[in-house]
Amino acid sequence: MEISQEKSVLVTADGTPLKISLARAQRRSKIVAFSMVLPLLIFILIAFLIPIADMLSLSVDNSITKEILPKSVIALQNWDETSGELPDEVVFAAMVEEIKKAKIARKHTRVGQRLNYESSGFSSLFRKAGRKVKIIKKPPYKEALIKSDKRWGQIYTWQVIKQFSTEYTDGYYLAALDFKRNPTTGKVESLPGKESIYLKLFWRTMLLSSLITFLTFIIGFPLAYMLATVSTRLSNILIIFVLLPFWTSLLVRTTSWIALLQQEGVINDFLVLVGIINNDGRLAMIHNATGTVVAMTHILLPFMILPLFSVMKTIPKSYVRAAVSLGAHPWKAFWKVYFPNTGPGIGAGSILVFIIAIGYYITPALVGGSSGTFISNRIAYHISSSLNWGLGSALGVILLGIVLALFMLYDRIVGIDNMKLG
Amino acid sequence: MSSLPPYLSIPERIWHYTFWVICGAVLFFLIFPLLVITPLSFNAVPFFTFTKEMLAFDPAGYSLVWYEEFFTSLNWQGAIRNSVIIAFFSTIIATFLGTLASLGLSRPNMPYRTLLMSLLISPMIVPLIIAAAGMFFFYSRIGLQGTHLGVILAHAVLGTPFVVITVTATLTGFDNNLIRASQSLGASPTTTFFKVIVPLITPGVISGALFAFVTSFDEVVVVLFVGSYRQRTIPWQMFSGIREQISPTILAAATLLIIVTIALLTTLELLRRRTERLRGVTPS
Repeated sequence: MEISQEKSVLVTADGTPLKISLARAQRRSKIVAFSMVLPLLIFILIAFLIPIADMLSLSVDNSITKEILPKSVIALQNWDETSGELPDEVVFAAMVEEIKKAKIARKHTRVGQRLNYESSGFSSLFRKAGRKVKIIKKPPYKEALIKSDKRWGQIYTWQVIKQFSTEYTDGYYLAALDFKRNPTTGKVESLPGKESIYLKLFWRTMLLSSLITFLTFIIGFPLAYMLATVSTRLSNILIIFVLLPFWTSLLVRTTSWIALLQQEGVINDFLVLVGIINNDGRLAMIHNATGTVVAMTHILLPFMILPLFSVMKTIPKSYVRAAVSLGAHPWKAFWKVYFPNTGPGIGAGSILVFIIAIGYYITPALVGGSSGTFISNRIAYHISSSLNWGLGSALGVILLGIVLALFMLYDRIVGIDNMKLG
Repeated sequence: MSSLPPYLSIPERIWHYTFWVICGAVLFFLIFPLLVITPLSFNAVPFFTFTKEMLAFDPAGYSLVWYEEFFTSLNWQGAIRNSVIIAFFSTIIATFLGTLASLGLSRPNMPYRTLLMSLLISPMIVPLIIAAAGMFFFYSRIGLQGTHLGVILAHAVLGTPFVVITVTATLTGFDNNLIRASQSLGASPTTTFFKVIVPLITPGVISGALFAFVTSFDEVVVVLFVGSYRQRTIPWQMFSGIREQISPTILAAATLLIIVTIALLTTLELLRRRTERLRGVTPS
């Protein structure tokens, strides 16, 4: 048989070289694979990732001043805020005209509300102006506006408007970290101790979350160890005790803790009945930090036990036996041989519990009272009660940053692909 | 409990029993709150604690009045209906999209697998309050806030990571030779898909769907923000109930939810055993 030199390149049935054909097939398979993932990717993008990006933009958005007072903002650009003099008539004329317009559209209070976050009093200033401007019909607007409220005659008022008329602001982030931009000088200053609440709240969230993580570890470790060392039959039964609470609605578990811990609750009743405390000395175990810590330790305990258990199952029992037979005291064998091997489980469990804890909302809201609430509760408050969405968003973005950083750590220790359920 | 080896010293024996007591206490801590809620839900009076009659096992101390309230009051009826509707539709969306994506992700030479995977499971990582806040802002802007569709979409997003994780886990152990065998025997890709792939991944898909269902059924933070009274679910109703007037109806609802949980767990366990049997592994 003759082998021709030109035919050394392998070809497929239709004559295309094998290499090209293979590359084509692989590309096709890649496209098919990708197009199967695409629908979900688009869905998550629209229904989840864009809303989060939207929150990100809300946290720096400051377009409201420019939107409602466009001419005044432009006119203010020519005014030197350090000159010690009031802006000129042009600015006042623009302001009166625009408040009139905004009053009709019922938007004048929104500017006031925005500026009120930076300096209190602006909300009432703009609400009052909305009522008074209709009687100002002709120039001079300056005197008329100052007559309606003497605050319009203060340089400080105009400094604040000019300072916070930019399209974007870092004001919400500064507020979220207890800083403030001085309207007169434009310098960033930290708030006096009494008014600084957010750093304290972040700190408390971290501290209580660490405490909860530590408690779940202390409580969960012995049980995980037992589950990993007893016979499979027994551990299959006992693991139900971990999985049942894990899968029970967290509201159900929070409700049970309310029933157990409250003043007229099961535990207090029991203690009174047994005589450890008397009826007037009922313990306050709920609507404070204790309530949050106890309920959340219970709720997050399975998240510690399950990773610990799955790591401990893989540690051969012969390790400890070998150490003991070589003369180590059982304690030392456990401490020096077994314990270090559980490291990945401890890392995974702790980070998981901590990540979940710092973003928790429901349980602190129901059992936390005022001393056991987390940063999430403040975010919810700003979204649904105070309506300061910018500040709520900024707090949310900071919390998200912390969680993502911790998650990267988790990914390095455990790997996203190794995440298991139940 | 295995009998102790005879060579153990006395302190070791003491420690052994102490250890069992500690573990027993932890198991008690885990399960007690769930156990205590059930008898309390049969309370005849509107309290969250055991009355003297209950402790004396006097039948007068017990009643089904809170269960009656749960099934007959308008608030709770609406909540049950909404919970089922929202969980049902969001599960369907999550399962369909999640399974399709997992099949794609598990194909050989999938580009950017890790990046895609982390994007797809991001709804599970982001704290719920942040997801809820973002969705609240965005959905109110596009008119989905306070609609059933909005809540269904939000819950579907939260459920997809669970489907993706369980189905990809099923597919990791998938033997690609089965596909090759089927194709070499002359089956078309469609036949291969329905006769070979589908039966093997079904347990994974069903458990993923159950996870998605539970996620929606238990979820409260997102529904509080994205939904309104008209979209109230059972957890929504429980949350506002605890905040406003505490009534043992909440405990009745909680007990019923525990029963639903037990049913789901049993189903999941049976599915797990079936998968193992199909793969030729004896269930442990």
